[in-house]
Amino acid sequence: MSQTAFAEALLRPDAPVPDGLVGPTGAAAGKRFNVYRNNVAVSLTEALEAGFPVVRKLVGPDFFKAMEGVFLRRHPPASPLMMHYGAEMPDFLAGFPPVAHLPYLADVARLELGLRTAYHAEDARPLAPDALAQVPAEALGAVRMGFAPAVRLVASTFPVHDIWLANTAAGAPPSGPGAQTALITRPKLDPCVDTLSPAAAGFVAALMAGASLGEAAETGADVGATLGLLLSRQAITDISS
Amino acid sequence: MFDARHQSLPDRPGVGYKAQHFADLRVDPGPVGWLEIHAENYMGDGGRPLAQLDALADRFPISVHGVGLSIGSEGPLDRSHLALLRRLCDRINPASFSEHLAWSTHNLGFLNDLLPLPYTAATIARVCDHVNEVQDHLGRRMLLENPSSYLAFTESTHSETDFLADVVARTGCGLLLDVNNVFISATNLATRPQDYIAAFPVEHVAEIHLGGHDEDEDDHGAPLLIDSHGRAVADPVWALLDITLARTGPRPVLIEWDTDVPDWPVLRQEAARAARALNAVTA
Repeated sequence: MSQTAFAEALLRPDAPVPDGLVGPTGAAAGKRFNVYRNNVAVSLTEALEAGFPVVRKLVGPDFFKAMEGVFLRRHPPASPLMMHYGAEMPDFLAGFPPVAHLPYLADVARLELGLRTAYHAEDARPLAPDALAQVPAEALGAVRMGFAPAVRLVASTFPVHDIWLANTAAGAPPSGPGAQTALITRPKLDPCVDTLSPAAAGFVAALMAGASLGEAAETGADVGATLGLLLSRQAITDISS
Repeated sequence: MFDARHQSLPDRPGVGYKAQHFADLRVDPGPVGWLEIHAENYMGDGGRPLAQLDALADRFPISVHGVGLSIGSEGPLDRSHLALLRRLCDRINPASFSEHLAWSTHNLGFLNDLLPLPYTAATIARVCDHVNEVQDHLGRRMLLENPSSYLAFTESTHSETDFLADVVARTGCGLLLDVNNVFISATNLATRPQDYIAAFPVEHVAEIHLGGHDEDEDDHGAPLLIDSHGRAVADPVWALLDITLARTGPRPVLIEWDTDVPDWPVLRQEAARAARALNAVTA
């Protein structure tokens, strides 16, 4: 029997068990084949549940389980690294009609995915605390910055950070209205999320895209406060001009 | 073919490493003399998993145990995955690398389970090609682990022990003998586990695995044991370990506990039981 026949039957719970698989008496494998079906489904759903705890909480565990079944048949893992499994989840949610009434869900998934990839991102040595102070004032505008591999921005038209926080931290305030951009960083080994104002988000996005400080400051952000946040989160690794 | 400079695992108990035991292992390892990690969990680019692994590798010999190479695949091995494996091995210089006699990758995707193989000449040829490729790529010998079986292929022409002996003869790989898998497969396929151990090419065994299993039944009411790694090692598996060690002599013995992972004292107790089994055979 080909592995194609085996794999196709594995991913379709209603498909007949392939011929040529038997138990000890020579009887058809039947339920024995379902051990493999179950292992595959359980291991993949466990990976998704560990990866998207807030999405799961928002839709409820029973709904999430049913949705996982659809997701994993449509998007089986592309690689053996379960730490990467579920990268298609935000787009899947954005196009999944049964969750259309939760329009922020895809952005919450993007935030959870960002935290996961930040956790596994390459280590980086942060910029020396006094490095910016040593740049002459007249040269500051031309400075460009390199960012740690763990740094990510998750921009949303919804209060994505507040929603995430309200479902992860006890006693977090309820989310307010409005768009939010979440800044993910990894000072030391644990990912960390901060909310950026629209101006600050534009400033950081410009810097990450390679703009100089002067160019990025045109967004109208509070440059001192935003740079202070980036430095305290060890988001910047080097400066050049 | 490969170089054998690397140290080997000590003939002592080891445990499958879980992050929640990081602090306990450093202050109270008990009889644990080495650790095993699942390679794929440490193939990220950085962060806490690799930082912890670096710290543990300073203190314990490490066994890197792959679960994703898909040695038995009909298709080619994933070269990018091999490259990540090489990067991990170069980073920590493990005392051992092992993988499974199984497949898990297909062009439908990675199926995240250890899927079974028919034991035929064609499968032997394919597995040998892949084992050789892994050993050449890593520059080290690998160990191949016997699977837990829930069913058999009517097309099989070789016993599992003959199959493994053939792969060893043709590739120079070593073997990882999972005694729990032997017990599961024998129960599920109504053979005697003692016969399997008696037929196993024990001179090539460089590591032994023990783990817990769950009990179920097939469509006809026959016992169907599931390799869950979610509970303590069953008594008949401990008894089979004694029979195995009597044939192999002392070997590195690993306790695998991957789901419903217990607090450290429970796992340490399992390791202590493995230490007593090892002491009995040494004496």
